[in-house]
Amino acid sequence: MQLSREEVTRIAWLARLALSEEETTRFAGQLSGVLAHVQRLAELNVDDIEPTAMAAEAEGNVVRADVPRPASPQDEILANAADTEAGAFRVRAILEETA
Amino acid sequence: MGDLLHLTIDEAAAGLRRGDFTSAELTEAALARAEAVEPDIGSFILATPDEARAMAKAADARLKAGDAPLLCGIPGAIKDLICTRGVQTTAGSRILEGYRPIYDAEVIRRLKADGFVLVGKSNLDEFAMGSSCETSAYHLTRNPFALDCVPGGSSGGSATAVAADEAFFSLGTDTGGSIRQPASLCGVVGMKPTYGRVSRWGVIAMASSLDQVGPFARNVKDCATVLECLAGRDEHDSTSSPRPVPSYREACGQDVKGLRVGVPREYFIDGMEPAVEQAVRAAIAQLASLGAEPVEISLPHTDYALPTYYVIMPCEVSANLARFDGIRYGVPRPGGTMWEAYSNARGLGFGAEVKRRIMLGTYALSAGYHDAYYVRAQKVRTLIRDDFATAFETVDAVLCPASPTTAFPLGSKVEDPVTMYLSDVFTLAASLAGLPGMVVPCGFDENSKPIGLQLIGRHWEEATLFRLAYAFEQSTPWQLAANRQRIRIGGAR
Repeated sequence: MQLSREEVTRIAWLARLALSEEETTRFAGQLSGVLAHVQRLAELNVDDIEPTAMAAEAEGNVVRADVPRPASPQDEILANAADTEAGAFRVRAILEETA
Repeated sequence: MGDLLHLTIDEAAAGLRRGDFTSAELTEAALARAEAVEPDIGSFILATPDEARAMAKAADARLKAGDAPLLCGIPGAIKDLICTRGVQTTAGSRILEGYRPIYDAEVIRRLKADGFVLVGKSNLDEFAMGSSCETSAYHLTRNPFALDCVPGGSSGGSATAVAADEAFFSLGTDTGGSIRQPASLCGVVGMKPTYGRVSRWGVIAMASSLDQVGPFARNVKDCATVLECLAGRDEHDSTSSPRPVPSYREACGQDVKGLRVGVPREYFIDGMEPAVEQAVRAAIAQLASLGAEPVEISLPHTDYALPTYYVIMPCEVSANLARFDGIRYGVPRPGGTMWEAYSNARGLGFGAEVKRRIMLGTYALSAGYHDAYYVRAQKVRTLIRDDFATAFETVDAVLCPASPTTAFPLGSKVEDPVTMYLSDVFTLAASLAGLPGMVVPCGFDENSKPIGLQLIGRHWEEATLFRLAYAFEQSTPWQLAANRQRIRIGGAR
């Protein structure tokens, strides 16, 4: 399994990771190496095997009672943000205006 | 005051209650030790002397009033992946530089309720992704037994803080071996509990079907004391179990006669260092002399644990790390559009190993590949889990090495991901099966670098591991302070 630079660029965009030219080249080789290693899973016949999603039977996997309780104060929640306005996170426009 | 730092937690707790010394004095001794050794070791991303002194003062007041828990006034270090209210928590990444959580992780809440003293946030591989602490965006951490070698990872700083007497215990996290491998390489005791035994609330998530929190300590009983504090149901983590928590301390000292211990032939492989095999086989013989019954067993899918893990873990990583966009927390970066700003924050904020794993997961989960990689790996995970289930029908615990090598030289594997991943080859299978795994020191190689014995138990049977580990420890010299004289702090690098 050999990943091309173009595939690395496509994956990086899906993952929203800006990569330098040098990183794109280096990661193409390194990711191909890891993918080659995990190809070994194809050796096994797993047709009749059920997948395991959790590490152990999730015994506590029940929802708690939905009762109101205090939440963190708004000013604390905003304290780690770089840009806030009027008690909210400030972000860039999601929709662009068209000419 | 140096001798104070060689006490066990039980001895320190007794001394505090007798009035031989105060938590303030114990804490000053730990802080002084850290100041002396940090230039060589680098356990901490952030030392927290102000918090430590305030917490020690409160602990002394509580001890004076009587009826304080065992951990009251005892200095501990916390992996910098675990949220501490108001105290910077970076996950070893630049993207979280300056981040101050607004709440405590459940494990911190529990330790604080017992009155522990926080001495520092310990170094780790970035977002717990690595086996050497070298992917930390902050600095290298050096193995106290060989300053030119890695401490292991990802919880490397938590292991060195305990090994080098900067703290009596520490917390780490273990997704594929991140407590057990550094415990082995640094000659300390480490325990990854059963998946669901300890709450992950407030622990920055890496791979949610695998992540667990657990303790490091210098001896088995101290490790049991800390796990007793951590374990139990927390409604904030839906995977945490409501099962009652047994006394792990009481398990320390129980007879091991008649316990059947499995020795899996797949864990004694070509390429492991002869000193490691020799020490682990001697440890098994020692337990046999104490009355345990070794049985050779087979875990036939062991060889597939590494490829299984390196599909499942990156898939979960790619989902968990999607939250880091530089908006609600973290370091933002400019960009023309919102998407470009996201990509820049992540591209500049994450290091190479984190990016590799996010991309691997993104690729394996992308259209057309999901079944071939993720679903197939989940099916092989079932085979690995079933291997252990079959073995545990006839044995009470599995004994094997924790790492195929002792501490390896800094820089020797960092550019070759697959070689680095092989450092965890002995810890991954138990993680995939959600089983408890413990490491206890069992010797040294010819260069005085520590070797660890790994004990793997049935789900929820940590007590059996404590029982075996304690019996082994008490009958061998490896945990003694005299052996920590092999630490080479301040010597030639």
